[in-house]
Amino acid sequence: MNPTKQVNQNTNQNPDQGKLLQTDASPEISFKAVNKSFARLDGYEKVTGRVAFGADISKYRQIYAVNVLSPLAHAKIMQIDLSQAMKVPGFTAAATAADVPGSNSMFGRFPVLAAEEVKFIGDGVAVIAAETREAAVLAASLVKVTYRELPAVLTVKEALAPEAPRVHPDLEDNHIEHSHHKMYSGNVETGFSQADIILERDYTTGFAYTGYIEPEAVAVYPDPGRNGIVIEGTIQNPYSVRENVAAALGVPMNHVRVIQTAIGGSFGGKDESVIVMAARCAVLAAKTRRPVKMVLSREESSRIGGKRHPYFSHYRIGATRDGTITAIEDTVYAQGGAYNKQAMFLNWRGSVHAAGPYRIPHVKTDIYGVYTHTLYGTAYRGFSAPQLVFAVESLIDELAEACRLDPLEFRLRNCLKPGDTIPSGQTLDPEKMPANLREILLAVTDKTGFKKKWQENRIRAIQPGHQNLKQLTPQQLSGIGLSATYRGAGLGGEGLDTGAAVLTLDRDGYLNIQSSSTEMGQGIRTAHAQIAAEVLGISMDRVSFSPTDTSITLDAGPTVASRGILSGGNAVKIAAEKIRARLASAAVEILGCTRNPHPSRNGGKEALEFSNDTVYLSACPENSISLTELAMECHRNRGIPLTAQGWFTPEPEKLDHATGQGNAYPTYLFGAAVAEITLDPGTGKISVKKITAAYELGRAVNPDIVIGQLTGSIMQGLGYGIMEEIDVRSGALQTLNFDEYMLPGVMDLPEVDILLYETDSNVGPYGAKGIGEIGIELIAPAIANAFFNATGRRIRELPLNFERALLGKALR
Amino acid sequence: MCSNHDNHDNHDNHDNHDNRRRHNHDHRQIGAAAEHYSAEQNTVPGQLFPLTLTVNGHLQQLSVRADERLLDVLRERLGLLGTKEGCGIGECGACTVIMDGKKVNSCMVLAAQAHNSSILTIEGVEEPDGTLHPLQEAFIEAGAVQCGFCIPGMVLSGYDLLARRPDPTEEEIKQAISGNLCRCTGYRQIIDAVKLAGRKMRNGGNDED
Repeated sequence: MNPTKQVNQNTNQNPDQGKLLQTDASPEISFKAVNKSFARLDGYEKVTGRVAFGADISKYRQIYAVNVLSPLAHAKIMQIDLSQAMKVPGFTAAATAADVPGSNSMFGRFPVLAAEEVKFIGDGVAVIAAETREAAVLAASLVKVTYRELPAVLTVKEALAPEAPRVHPDLEDNHIEHSHHKMYSGNVETGFSQADIILERDYTTGFAYTGYIEPEAVAVYPDPGRNGIVIEGTIQNPYSVRENVAAALGVPMNHVRVIQTAIGGSFGGKDESVIVMAARCAVLAAKTRRPVKMVLSREESSRIGGKRHPYFSHYRIGATRDGTITAIEDTVYAQGGAYNKQAMFLNWRGSVHAAGPYRIPHVKTDIYGVYTHTLYGTAYRGFSAPQLVFAVESLIDELAEACRLDPLEFRLRNCLKPGDTIPSGQTLDPEKMPANLREILLAVTDKTGFKKKWQENRIRAIQPGHQNLKQLTPQQLSGIGLSATYRGAGLGGEGLDTGAAVLTLDRDGYLNIQSSSTEMGQGIRTAHAQIAAEVLGISMDRVSFSPTDTSITLDAGPTVASRGILSGGNAVKIAAEKIRARLASAAVEILGCTRNPHPSRNGGKEALEFSNDTVYLSACPENSISLTELAMECHRNRGIPLTAQGWFTPEPEKLDHATGQGNAYPTYLFGAAVAEITLDPGTGKISVKKITAAYELGRAVNPDIVIGQLTGSIMQGLGYGIMEEIDVRSGALQTLNFDEYMLPGVMDLPEVDILLYETDSNVGPYGAKGIGEIGIELIAPAIANAFFNATGRRIRELPLNFERALLGKALR
Repeated sequence: MCSNHDNHDNHDNHDNHDNRRRHNHDHRQIGAAAEHYSAEQNTVPGQLFPLTLTVNGHLQQLSVRADERLLDVLRERLGLLGTKEGCGIGECGACTVIMDGKKVNSCMVLAAQAHNSSILTIEGVEEPDGTLHPLQEAFIEAGAVQCGFCIPGMVLSGYDLLARRPDPTEEEIKQAISGNLCRCTGYRQIIDAVKLAGRKMRNGGNDED
């Protein structure tokens, strides 16, 4: 049994860190299980090392598979010579594109193995299996591939040049299909004609690595009972794996069973790479009828795994002299790489966010996705927001400066307020989306003394001599920066945002949940258990979970877009309410209750209370029955089924593709952050001293888990802002391991002060909107704005590493 | 422009096929595994050596290859899967174990170097009856666990610190876990967990000062 412990949400392990749970929510709402910091359900297995990750799965007679990857960005495969590899003792099998029994073109044009040509350094050419991993490594290294190198397009600029080589020759050019998204409202030329000040700026962000500490791993084995196969591994989206592998093998989907092991971090990244690995191993497993295991080294994970898309954003913005934004126009290119599973969704979200959380009457946004012969872009936490919020929040600061207003005052004048209309034409209905960005901005700036510090630093930065960094101390180079955002909750119109769950109350009164949402460390199972416990009055230690397994759990799409709470949590709630209603129908008879147990038909007053594993009459609490007795009675004597399915689909959201007009998301989250930094004038090192951030998230289902998600996101945002850079000179990845790709370590941790704002919103379960992503996007722009405040210099390219901070440009 | 790839000089750092250079770039190949083999001979060396070591209090006598790492011995030979491999080059700390009272990255220790040593892995931190160590309790209570992959290494780094410094400062805790990367938590709750564990251990399981 998992130990659970209820922690008072106001308990603060570290008095240095503010963890203030503020609320605009109705004070009369009190919860039994939701909104409390229960210990995670999977804590015990994880602190003891018992939990099995992908690499921990082993099967009798398994063989080990290793990829043969392309060393060239674009080349025709002339010949693949396996003869030397086959001589290695222990060699078992090899597969090339010719061995793929079904379709060799998976979703997003990813091949299982490249057939005629390779399209990036890291494209799979062959896969080798041997009795030991060492033999497989050796054999793979002896595969001799003869290539004819072809001209490659490595940048967006090269890809869009006239007569550029095409990454996919069947397309007219290198634009990614369906990736051009527009957001047109008003008339920007009218808006610019009203402006006194117009700025035109470019912002650039590069590839970024998800950097999960666990490299990808899968074990694929023939299913002894059918013609199918079983895939176990570090899989974020089991149903995507199932669909793609079934197509690759040419079998029905129910011949492929996908079981998720524990995942050592994913953040969106364990998607394409794992599909490709699973498909390659499935081909080998089908060929050899033996279990096939593939565990990536860190270097392979870097080469094969997707990255955050680079964005090249050109912005034009206008404001009147008093600081009112009149128009914004932007053209943005996302570098998609060789294959693409994301850009059409990524840019959809981007088009909604590109103008920032501001009231702007005239907006024109065009976002494009572009194929290149490089690493491909994957879903990575934030999904276009880290790139665009960096751009637009830097731009807003620049415009404030041009209007001679401080960054706070300028944002307060222009930020979205309840009842405002966003560029898509959607109105921020106060019932569904209480837009309290103004309060949030004031909270983070009051708490940090932003205005005073900003002005002092700014005055110092314009003194003569301040540009001569060598004569200054880090204290003289301190800066403070602000950023704000709003974020659509869930998938919105990116796709059908359905969540599904099946709950079973066993005859002993213990509950099992089969959820379509996958646990990746974000704590979704604990949150779902709390939602079920809230409905059924069941204690947390009575809740267990089925493994995520496509033969058991329901297909409700991928666990992405912070939608595990909004859609998945609502599905759990709906299923729990069905069970509750069935229990209530029996309880009213047993307890002799004459009133209708359904509150909706009972003037809002519940006749029955479900609490502490007991059901009792509200009017007469001593008239009660234990949940165990009640469940037993339903099972044994009444034939009442206590298994229920919950499906939740938000209102259909969609945008008109031609203009971007429509309802984009069911609701929005709001956030603001302040970064305080110092710059070392000798090295160019930016030290982030403190991050103060506030988020309106609807409801924190589990405040400790929310704080953990946000702190982790903030640190990823810090890495994106000042440290993490992927070097892809000549298309070849240079940053292969953590000695070269710098993840933030504990010594980089600033003081982090997080303020949570809760509101009553009727979209997510108990108002919760999902918190997985919003933490990351505010940090890089807040740091860039703080850097300007410290130095008077503006850097428009991430990361703000030593050389950019010191010299204003990258050295390579 | 037809080229046999073995002679393609521009891509030597990334060339799966270029055996001559492989020894210089072993970690860029498949973990450390590629280095285990002599490409010239194209054979798997079969010679085994005796290895004696104590793991979590149990004496183990094994036969290992000269090129096996302590990490491989723990995971592959002894089935102690709680020790994780995240990078293979001693950067991430997921494979942290305690060897003769000192914290090591087990991916950077050859098995032979661990001969006659005493090793503590995550499996040996809890009591034999499964009762959690105060550190493990504290990690759960402080909300320090997300995906869990770095946690065994983090717990062992905390264990090593608290053995030396029962009442560590925040800075000492940071130093102690500075060799362990975590991508999920942002470290705050991990620091809190080590602090909480220190309090529990000083006060016999009670976390109040």
